[in-house]
Amino acid sequence: MADVRYEQATKLYSGTDVPAVDALDLEVEDGEFMVLVGPSGSGKTTALRMLAGLEEVDAGAVLIGGRDVTDLPPKKRDVAMVFQNYALYPYLTVSQNIAFPLKMAGVKKAERERQAAEVARRLGMERYLGRKPSQLSGGERQRVAMGRAIIRQPSVFLMDEPLSNLDAKLRVQMRADIAALQRDLGVTTVYVTHDQAEAMTLGHRVAVLDHGRLQQVGEPRELYDRPTNRFVAGFIGSPAMNLCDVTCEHGAVSFGGERVELGPAVANGSGAVVLGLRPEALEVGLEGLPARVEVVEEFGADAFVFSSAQIGGEETRLVARTEARRAPAQGERIFLRVKPEEAHLFDAETGQRLGA
Amino acid sequence: MSAVTAPVALVRRRPPASVRRKRFLLAVANHSLLIAAAVAFLAPFIFILLTSLMTNNQALSTSLWPHPIRWSNFYDVFTKAPFWRWALNTLQYSVLATIGLVLSSVPVAYALARLRWRGRQVSFLIVLIALMLPPQVTVVPLYVMWAKLHLVGTLWPVILPNWFGDAFSIFLLRQFFLTIPEEYLDAARVDGCGELRIVATVVTRLAKPAIAAVALFSFLYTFNDFFLPLLYTGENPHHWVLSLGLSEFRSLHQVQWNLTMAATLLVMAPVIVLFFLAQRAFVEGVTLTGVKG
Repeated sequence: MADVRYEQATKLYSGTDVPAVDALDLEVEDGEFMVLVGPSGSGKTTALRMLAGLEEVDAGAVLIGGRDVTDLPPKKRDVAMVFQNYALYPYLTVSQNIAFPLKMAGVKKAERERQAAEVARRLGMERYLGRKPSQLSGGERQRVAMGRAIIRQPSVFLMDEPLSNLDAKLRVQMRADIAALQRDLGVTTVYVTHDQAEAMTLGHRVAVLDHGRLQQVGEPRELYDRPTNRFVAGFIGSPAMNLCDVTCEHGAVSFGGERVELGPAVANGSGAVVLGLRPEALEVGLEGLPARVEVVEEFGADAFVFSSAQIGGEETRLVARTEARRAPAQGERIFLRVKPEEAHLFDAETGQRLGA
Repeated sequence: MSAVTAPVALVRRRPPASVRRKRFLLAVANHSLLIAAAVAFLAPFIFILLTSLMTNNQALSTSLWPHPIRWSNFYDVFTKAPFWRWALNTLQYSVLATIGLVLSSVPVAYALARLRWRGRQVSFLIVLIALMLPPQVTVVPLYVMWAKLHLVGTLWPVILPNWFGDAFSIFLLRQFFLTIPEEYLDAARVDGCGELRIVATVVTRLAKPAIAAVALFSFLYTFNDFFLPLLYTGENPHHWVLSLGLSEFRSLHQVQWNLTMAATLLVMAPVIVLFFLAQRAFVEGVTLTGVKG
C-alpha cells in the first residue's frame, strides 16, 4: 500500500495545443478511495493512465509511495488496473486470466493455481475457474477482472470506468462489492468514472476535473454542499443545480421579482451574480415565483418538477423537488419559493463561489 | 389462487401455396447454379484423377474411364523421377520460408501498428512501396547479389529473403493488429509484460487467424512457386522443387500423360489437404484482407 501524488503533472498530446491534463496537483492518501470524475474529455482517464505508466508525463511528476515513478514502465510501478471492457484474454480460462500477472512474475504453476482459486473464492467465482470469458456474463467478467487486479497485491488499484458496461441493477450491486473489497483490502484506489452517483457513493474523496484542470477535491458531501465553482455546482447532483443569472444588492438578490435575503456571508456582494439552487432548495407553494409545469418525473417517494419561469425578463427552466403524492400536474401553474439558507452564489465572470 | 392452465401446443402457420412455390423454385435455381459451378471447377480435377489411373495408350485415346485401373502409376512416378528429392526440397523451401516469414513479419507489423516511435509512418510507407514494386524490377539486382554470394544453384536465395519480412504479410498483420483493442496490450503492460513478451504471449494468441492466414498464404505460394526456383536452381536438378520437376516430367519421359497426371495429383494433394485442414483460417484471412487466395 502507498500514497499517490501528482505534482504539476501535465499531458499534452501531439498535434494539440490544449493539455489533456493541465498541471494536476493531487494527493491520494494511503488506503484512500479517490474517485476522479468529470465529463468526457475532462482528462480523468488520461490522469489515471499517467499514473499507470501507460501515458508519458510531459511535465511535472507522479509519485507512488514517495517514489518518483514518472519515467518507470508500468510493470515497475506495482499497480494493478481494471479496464472498462475488462480486457480478459479470450483464449485463457478464468483461472488463467486471474493468475496471468503471477505467470508474468515467474510464479510456479501450482502456486498460481492455488492463489487464483483463493481469489476466485473471495469473489464468489470458484465455480467458473475452468470457463472462458465468453461463457461468462458481464458481471462475472467484471469479477474476473477484479480478481486479476487483486491477486498480485499491488500498492495501488486503478479502475477505469469498470462498471460502465453493466446494466443499472448490476452496477449498483457491483458498486457495493467494489466498496466492500476496497475496505477489506485497504489498498489505495484511484477510480475513474463519469457517473457522479458512482463517484458520490464510492469515493472517500472525489476529484472533479474539467478540460484537464482539477476543479475541486473533497468529500462527496462537501462537493454537494459547497461546490467551489459554477462547473462543480452544475456537474455534481442529479438533477443538476438550477443556475440563474441574477443581480445582487446589499446581500439580497431579486429572483423573478421576489427578494431573497442571502445571509451575512454575501451581505456586501453586489452586481451580476449566478444564483445556484438545488432542486430541494426550491419549494412548491402557494406564493413566490410563478412558473408553469412542463414535466413531472416521479421517483417513488419524491418527484422532480421541471417548470419554466420568467427571471430577469428571460424564460428560465427550473427544477424543484417535492413529495410525489403532492406533485402538481403537467401544465399547472405553480409558485416556487427559495430556501435562502440553501442558496449558493457564484461570480458571474469567474464562476467562483462567493461567500462561505 | 391462480388457475394453472395446460400449455397450448403451438400450431405453426403454413405460408400460402404461392409463397411456398416461389421459395421452392428459388432454392432449385440457386442449387442448380451452384452445382453447375462446382462441376465446372471439379471437371479438370476429375480429368486429372481419371487420367492418372489409365495406361499411357488409354490416356491418348478418347476414353474417359480408366480400364483397367492402374494404381501402379503412382509408384512409377517415384521410380522414374527423383520425386522424393523434389518433395523434400519443396518442403524445405516452404517450411523454412514460412517460419522465417512469420517470425520476422509479426514483430515488424506490431511495431508499425502499436508502438509509437519517430519515423513509423515513413517506415509503413516504405512497406507499402515495397508491396507495390513489381518483382521483375528486383530480379536482376537480386540475382547479381546472390551470384556474388555464391548461392545461386541452391535454395537459399529463395528461402533467406523471407527471413527479413514480407511486405504483404506485414501489411496484412498490421491491419489485423490495429483491430486488437488497446486495453489487452495495456493490461499486459500493467501485469508485467515488456513489448516482446506482449507480442509472444498476447498478440500472437489474439491474432491467431491472421497469423494462420499469413502462414497459409506463404506456404501455398512457396509450394507452388515456379519462377524463383527456376531462376536460382534451374541449372542444378539436385535442388529442384516439385513445380520445377513437374514441368520437366514430360520431357524426361516422352509425354507419358498418365504418369504426368499422377505426379500432378501428388503435387496437388498436400495443398488440398492443407486447405481443408486450415479452411477456416484461410477463409478468415481472405475476408480479412479482401484479397483472393
